[in-house]
Amino acid sequence: MIKAVMMMNTQGKPRLAKFYDFLVRCLPVEKQQELIRGVFSVLSSRPENVSNFLEIDSLFGPDSRLVYKHYATLYFVLVFDGSENELAMLDLIQVLVETLDKCFSNVCELDIVFNYSKMHTVLDEIVFGGQVLETRSDEVMKAVEEISKSEAASNSISLVPKSVSGWRGGR
Amino acid sequence: MDNLFQRSLEDLIKGFRLQLLGDSSFISRALEEIRREIKATDLSTKSTALHKLSYLAAIHGVDMSWAAFHALEVVSSSRFHHKRIGYQAITQSFHDQTSVLLLITNQLRKDLNSVNEYEVSLALECLSRIGTRDLARDLSPEVFTLLGSSKSFVRKKATGVVLRVFDKYPDAVKVCFKRLVENLETSDPQILSAVVGVFCELASKDPTSCLPLAPEFFKILVDSRNNWVLIKLLKIFSKLASVEPRLGRKVAEPICEHMKRTVAKSLVFECVRTVVSSLSDHEAAVKLAVAKIREFLVEDDPNLKYLGLHALSIAAPKHLWAVLENKEAVVKALSDEDPNVKLEALHLLMAMVTEDNVSEISRILMNYALKSDPLFCNEIIISVLSVCSRNAYEIIVDFDWYVSLLGEMARIPHCQRGEEIEHQLIDIGMRVRDARPQLVRVSWALLIDPALLGNMFLHPILSAASWVSGEYVEFAKNPYELVEALVQPRTDLLPPYIRAIYIHSVFKVLVFCLRSYFSAQESSSGSSSTVYESILNLVNVIEIGVWPLSGAYDVEVQERAKNVLGFIGMAKQDIAKKVNLQDNEAEACRVTAFMEDAFSEELGPISANAREKVCVPDGLELEENLGDLEEICGKFLKPVESDSVSCTDKITFSVSNLRIRDQQEASSSTSLPPKESSSLLAEHRKRHGMYYLTSEKNDPDSNGTPNDYPPANDLASEILLDPLDPKRKAKHRKSRPVVVKLDEGGESRITTSQAKTKQESVTDDESLSRDIQSALLVNKKGKEREKCEGNSNLVVQEEETSRIEKPQNSEKKKKKKKNGERTSGKHRSRRRSEVASSSEQVEIPDLLL
Repeated sequence: MIKAVMMMNTQGKPRLAKFYDFLVRCLPVEKQQELIRGVFSVLSSRPENVSNFLEIDSLFGPDSRLVYKHYATLYFVLVFDGSENELAMLDLIQVLVETLDKCFSNVCELDIVFNYSKMHTVLDEIVFGGQVLETRSDEVMKAVEEISKSEAASNSISLVPKSVSGWRGGR
Repeated sequence: MDNLFQRSLEDLIKGFRLQLLGDSSFISRALEEIRREIKATDLSTKSTALHKLSYLAAIHGVDMSWAAFHALEVVSSSRFHHKRIGYQAITQSFHDQTSVLLLITNQLRKDLNSVNEYEVSLALECLSRIGTRDLARDLSPEVFTLLGSSKSFVRKKATGVVLRVFDKYPDAVKVCFKRLVENLETSDPQILSAVVGVFCELASKDPTSCLPLAPEFFKILVDSRNNWVLIKLLKIFSKLASVEPRLGRKVAEPICEHMKRTVAKSLVFECVRTVVSSLSDHEAAVKLAVAKIREFLVEDDPNLKYLGLHALSIAAPKHLWAVLENKEAVVKALSDEDPNVKLEALHLLMAMVTEDNVSEISRILMNYALKSDPLFCNEIIISVLSVCSRNAYEIIVDFDWYVSLLGEMARIPHCQRGEEIEHQLIDIGMRVRDARPQLVRVSWALLIDPALLGNMFLHPILSAASWVSGEYVEFAKNPYELVEALVQPRTDLLPPYIRAIYIHSVFKVLVFCLRSYFSAQESSSGSSSTVYESILNLVNVIEIGVWPLSGAYDVEVQERAKNVLGFIGMAKQDIAKKVNLQDNEAEACRVTAFMEDAFSEELGPISANAREKVCVPDGLELEENLGDLEEICGKFLKPVESDSVSCTDKITFSVSNLRIRDQQEASSSTSLPPKESSSLLAEHRKRHGMYYLTSEKNDPDSNGTPNDYPPANDLASEILLDPLDPKRKAKHRKSRPVVVKLDEGGESRITTSQAKTKQESVTDDESLSRDIQSALLVNKKGKEREKCEGNSNLVVQEEETSRIEKPQNSEKKKKKKKNGERTSGKHRSRRRSEVASSSEQVEIPDLLL
């Protein structure tokens, strides 16, 4: 299963961090931030033109491997265990980036910074509960568009007068 | 009204990026705002505030557990937008200890039954990430329904959630498993890949329970063209084949087909990995896999190179020929700039080491170590050390060469493995008699070099060197130079405990020289003046060198220095008497002889389970539970030993052992018998009771005071008298020196305890696997009956299965439950299955074989 998905920039600031491993999720938030920082320190010391895989047992427990890809100012990181294939995970990062590209057209780091919830929507379509669900970026795009449409639709109800919506929004 | 002026998430982010106040103050201001807004009754305000809060929690590590109830309120809104925000907050922040977790069940249930598939997916995602046992139990019916939903979007996600539900609430298997298996036959590739992914995880946890599904998996393996699905299937088969070897034969062919046909490197790699790890008996498959590995190795892409080496290292234990074939590629990879590649190459090279090529390979590696960065350098050193010392230096024939290699390692600039080298120097000294002269030579070279004293990583090595020189001083060419090296002024840089070892070695050298001087005196009539000069010189040098240490701050150093100086003081008088010492009555002579006797007894390695060889004397109770102390001790003073000494320490020699022996010999007349010392202990305890730890069961502090440890002296003497068991290796071209080995029964002890703990941790998975097995068997029987109703094949199969069942244990037979029996006696069946599960043989229908 996939234990974590992380995106951080080249200065180590996390842009997205989602943990699927049951044990990691129970850690307090500071510990999770520490994990992110640990991963960043390992990544920043890697030279260019080397393989994209790392053993990361010390941070995520036994049988943990990490695949990362460096795109412009961002590191995309996937942490997984022995039941995933390394090259397939590399492909998954590719799929994720392609989808984001389609979503935001020429995606850059700022897009990721300002579209925090859309990022999560996209990611949720691809990785679900630690399992890879969807590997075709056009399918993902379809689903994401549907969701944005229903969100926009639900938001437009706000034209209804305040008092009524406030009352209806209760339990 | 507040909503209009409320800052949205975008405003927050923008503000954060533009702010000049400093991150933490901005965050705390924002948090204050959020706390105000979130208490509003208007759900839009609430949800925006929650959204901002989850952003801050995710990116800036702010704690949001206080907003749990608010999140629940937001989720209950009918608007999709709010629901999304609410669920996102919940999945992010809820965990097992959240108090309001119970309240979410109903909301989840409502959303799981919703018509809108996106709401369903939100709820499913939430369940998959925060699911607890209760949630899983209550919501498994809904999950069951969704697994059969018509919308593939929903079915896909329901499959994803199944894993968590099974994990938390194993009984859900009975309900949902059938649907899961049905999904295996779907034509939708995404659902298939999700289902196969779930099975992959289940198979990793417990392969035997998924074994009955092997035929279905096989079908998909042969038919499918989807790489993701195939990769997962290969992983499943890899786990299954390790449990059921006959499966390997059947599966090898399709795997080879895929390997030859496909273009996708990921699939090729997975095939290769499966073949070399689980199907290593099938020669044709292995050959094909090795050919593919070779292709990987010559690629430029560092990823492929790394993976090729990785696969090769998996194949190495059973197929060394594959590694030897690719030797050049491996050696080339040692100088690659990618650290992963280098490490893998190093491990592969180590796997190739044999008696013949060990010196050559070590030479190559030492050259690399000198050129590499510190991390890799130390990796090289540690791997060479571990391979060479494996199984009591099995692989080394020429110990002189190996000892000088150890000395060389010490001189590598980045070396940080001082402890291991120290351990091996002393170990070889104890076990291999013939290597001792070389050891002393190498140690002398290390000791005399003042530059090494400054490097703190080398201090352990220096301590070993000094110990070796002192212990085996009879092999030293020039004791005088040795002593000079040991007392040189730069030894001030050493930590006190190593300094103490140095002084003690000086002492040993001194005793040795004095003894030979005195015995020379006795045998020859006159004393030559040169010998007299040299011994006086030696004594003076020692005195000058050690004198400043007699006022040292560290008590150990001080004590030893004073011992040496005292001895010198006594000996000096007798040396000064140049008159021939025919009478051995000279005090110095006697004492020197005595000390030399003390030092000449050989210290050998101690077996890890030496303690067990000490037979328990009568009347000694060895109880682990100190709570039973009352019953056992009663009014007696029986010594009770706690069984907490770990046997994982191997042969470690410490100077303290030597000191115990010294004390023993020096004060043999004054050692107390054990009984007396324990009564002294009791008295001491009475007087100073407050300094003692309270015993477990509020023992009345009377005669029942336990004496936990027998006096160290007795134990030490018993251990050191352990019979050594030298083994002789077969004659080689150059005869290999004798290496003292001991039968290490200790290792088996460690593994049994490990096996025990492994068993205990498996009981959680056992319940899951039991349920899966039972569900599958019911499935199988049900399916067979449905499919081949009235078919003669069924009769044949039933007969066959019954034939297979007969020779098995009757208990196992009961385990093959029929449909109706399942409901009766849940507990009974569980107990039976517990007995049978460990040795159960799951049958594969002969269709597959």
